[in-house]
Amino acid sequence: MNNTVFGLTMLVVGMGGTLATLFLITLVIRALAAFFPVRPDDPEEKK
Amino acid sequence: MSGAILSGLGALFEGVRFLLAHGGPNVIMIAVACAMFWLAIAKGVEPLLLLPIAFGCLLVNLPLSEVMAEGGVLKTLYDFGIGNELFPLLIFVGIGSMTDFTPLLANPRLLLFGAAGQLGIFVTLLLALALGFSKEAAVSVAAIGACDGPTVIYVSNMFAGMDKIPTAMVGALAVAAYSYMALVPVIQPPIMRLLTTRKEREVKMPSPKGKVSKAALIAFPLVVTVITGIVAPKGLPLMGMIMLGNFMKVSGVVPRLANAAENEIANISTLFLGLAIGGTMAGPQFLTRETLMVFGLGLVAITIDTVGGILLGKAWYLLSGGKVNPLVGAAGISAYPMAARLVQNEGQRWNKHNYLLMHAMAANTGGQIGSVMAAAIMLSLLKGLGII
Repeated sequence: MNNTVFGLTMLVVGMGGTLATLFLITLVIRALAAFFPVRPDDPEEKK
Repeated sequence: MSGAILSGLGALFEGVRFLLAHGGPNVIMIAVACAMFWLAIAKGVEPLLLLPIAFGCLLVNLPLSEVMAEGGVLKTLYDFGIGNELFPLLIFVGIGSMTDFTPLLANPRLLLFGAAGQLGIFVTLLLALALGFSKEAAVSVAAIGACDGPTVIYVSNMFAGMDKIPTAMVGALAVAAYSYMALVPVIQPPIMRLLTTRKEREVKMPSPKGKVSKAALIAFPLVVTVITGIVAPKGLPLMGMIMLGNFMKVSGVVPRLANAAENEIANISTLFLGLAIGGTMAGPQFLTRETLMVFGLGLVAITIDTVGGILLGKAWYLLSGGKVNPLVGAAGISAYPMAARLVQNEGQRWNKHNYLLMHAMAANTGGQIGSVMAAAIMLSLLKGLGII
């Protein structure tokens, strides 16, 4: 694989993969908030 | 008898003779070490790292020094903790323990700034390849764009261990990474002002209203570890150690371990890592054209990281009808919490009633996750392409 193809592959797949994975994590964070909501009596709740 | 005395005296001046005959590069590196001492002590530039790195550099460049010879103290430290990537990973446990992901969990969409803030890694990779670096060296240089010293050392040392890049390059990369991290307050503000309008900089963002339960804070590091393990297993040691440190902290049941990670473990690892990295900076191997190019490309990487974050911020500003301040995008890098504070200061400079800190902290912790994720994905891609 020549350097140009390698660099472009890394740019597209690397940047795209990072963006997609972080987007997935944002969805997971929303799911965590839904599964573990803050309860009024939760002494450890944090803002 | 007199001959023996003269021989003994001659041995004492062996170092001076060496310096006069072949010591040019060593003298330059001793001057570099002194400059690093000055930066660390007088200017407060990353003293925790620069001071031991500079001392290691001084030790290895003194004439006839054997500290990096087989059995030498710095070589032993290098083999013990850098050659096998142990020290950067131990530092990551400490970083995880010091990081508070609450603002990010309260405002998860800002995690995307942590992806945009990695643009510099991949653009720099292309530039390094165009300048003639090998694939492995280009990836190592690009890692400076992660704005994260341990990640740079982890990635570059992996290649040094495979003899794909010279060991001296690890030192150059580490020094470049830590220097530019320290220079973030100098590098970022002009770019922020250049790429945004006054109207954009003045946008007020209301404080995040979401609250985060303790259960969500505990589950978060576990979930991120599992996702990284599935998506980019080659980077699992990096992300796993950060999340271990954070998990110990938020669990609340092992305060002694969390404190040890944050203090003793991080401090000892930082000292040994700094000394060993300084030991790779021997003049004849360090003073090369590649080292200069590494420093130039490192600056490009961090500049493009900032540009990437701000451009995403500008797009978000447009799509949200002017509700997102594009400056927050500049915090999507791993320099924590320095980048977040810069955004807060810059926002207040243009609007005294603007409090961007919590948003910037969310983007900044997103940058920490993003930088490690980008490195993890890069390593997994290299494995997939059969390069490592």
